[in-house]
Amino acid sequence: MLAALRCVIRRDLLLAARRSSDVLTVLLFFVIVVSLFPLGVGPDAGLLRTIAPGVIWVAALLASMLALQRMFASDHTDGTLEQMLLGATPLGMTVAAKVFAHWVISGLPLVLISPVLALQFDFPQEFLGVLALSLALGTPVLSLIGAIGAALTLGLRGGGALLSLLVLPLYVPVLIIGAGAAEAAVSGLGGHAQLLLLGALLVFAVAFAPWAAAVALRISTE
Amino acid sequence: MGKIAGSSSLEAVDLHCVRGERKLFGALSFTLRSGELLRIGGANGSGKTSLLRIACGLLEPTRGEVRWDGKDIRRLQEEFWRQLVYIGHANAIKDDLTATENLHVACTLAGVPRQPAQIREALRRLGLAGCEDLPARMLSQGQRRRTTLARLALSEPMPLWILDEPFAALDSEAVEHVQNLIAEHLSRGAAVILTTHLEARIAATLRIDLERT
Repeated sequence: MLAALRCVIRRDLLLAARRSSDVLTVLLFFVIVVSLFPLGVGPDAGLLRTIAPGVIWVAALLASMLALQRMFASDHTDGTLEQMLLGATPLGMTVAAKVFAHWVISGLPLVLISPVLALQFDFPQEFLGVLALSLALGTPVLSLIGAIGAALTLGLRGGGALLSLLVLPLYVPVLIIGAGAAEAAVSGLGGHAQLLLLGALLVFAVAFAPWAAAVALRISTE
Repeated sequence: MGKIAGSSSLEAVDLHCVRGERKLFGALSFTLRSGELLRIGGANGSGKTSLLRIACGLLEPTRGEVRWDGKDIRRLQEEFWRQLVYIGHANAIKDDLTATENLHVACTLAGVPRQPAQIREALRRLGLAGCEDLPARMLSQGQRRRTTLARLALSEPMPLWILDEPFAALDSEAVEHVQNLIAEHLSRGAAVILTTHLEARIAATLRIDLERT
């Protein structure tokens, strides 16, 4: 079974590597959206510092939304999804492997580039770590919750818009806690409580979301 | 080539299928034992694919159930799927992967990981020598179908094959190859279900003709 999971992860990463434009689109979207704010708000360092975590988090949320539709869509069109549904590995595990690969492709780059973007906001350097860590814990939760939405809207016409409506409200707790972590750290309260909560959300999502997405996939491929 | 151990049976009990408003078929029952070939015929839109998808558990019948060795396949899940090869309409091939990579993934997912040498041999058998390392995007429609069907040459241990229009897009030489694979598999004691418009050389043990209603 582990061989099958490794194989799914390897396959998805290989596909992403051969189609790197998809990965770059998401990353560039994130970079551009975040960079628009200092341009729009103006050079008020105090204000920028205050809004930095919120802006970066909202942009990360939208960027991961953008990548969601692709999670199962191409596998659905070419029939490989059917083979996964009929695989020897429990579907929940296969979905977990796919979500992990999806996060490596669309979430991890955001985490890695976020400290650089935060500099545009004059964000205090000693707290860049907290910001990146909050994203590192939060973006996998976004991918996991998003997987359920992507599975439910699979094959629907106009599924993209519906997916946003379905998933964005569910992202709200992650957004509040995630952006709160860096804010709390900056204000001297320490972001530990928020980071722990994010960790708890992640554990919860890892345990349940793949199975929920698996059930949704079975329903939407019928 | 070894025999498949034990004998298994696929049993459809009183299957009904309604898609949307349309009733595709009703009160359909059959039993398929090891070594038997079931051929499903019928006009386009008569529900052949739906019947196959029900038989492999992708689609829930409106009423009735499918049993593998007497147990409902909806309960068996992976235990049943581990013994099944399903080749659908779609080729299940990734355009950006090579034929070898595609087969490697397909076999690993099905729970029978294969060595690259075995995969190359299977591709050669289907007449794809020289195309092993080309991205599937570069292959013709028929060559893609051959790549998909090369899985059959790697799936000897599976006691049930369900094939939806396996001969579509194939030339007569490839049809011959695939028929040989099916005949070999039947002689190994496995069961095969297929739909086709071609008059196949292998005699079907059972035939179901679906009528458009």
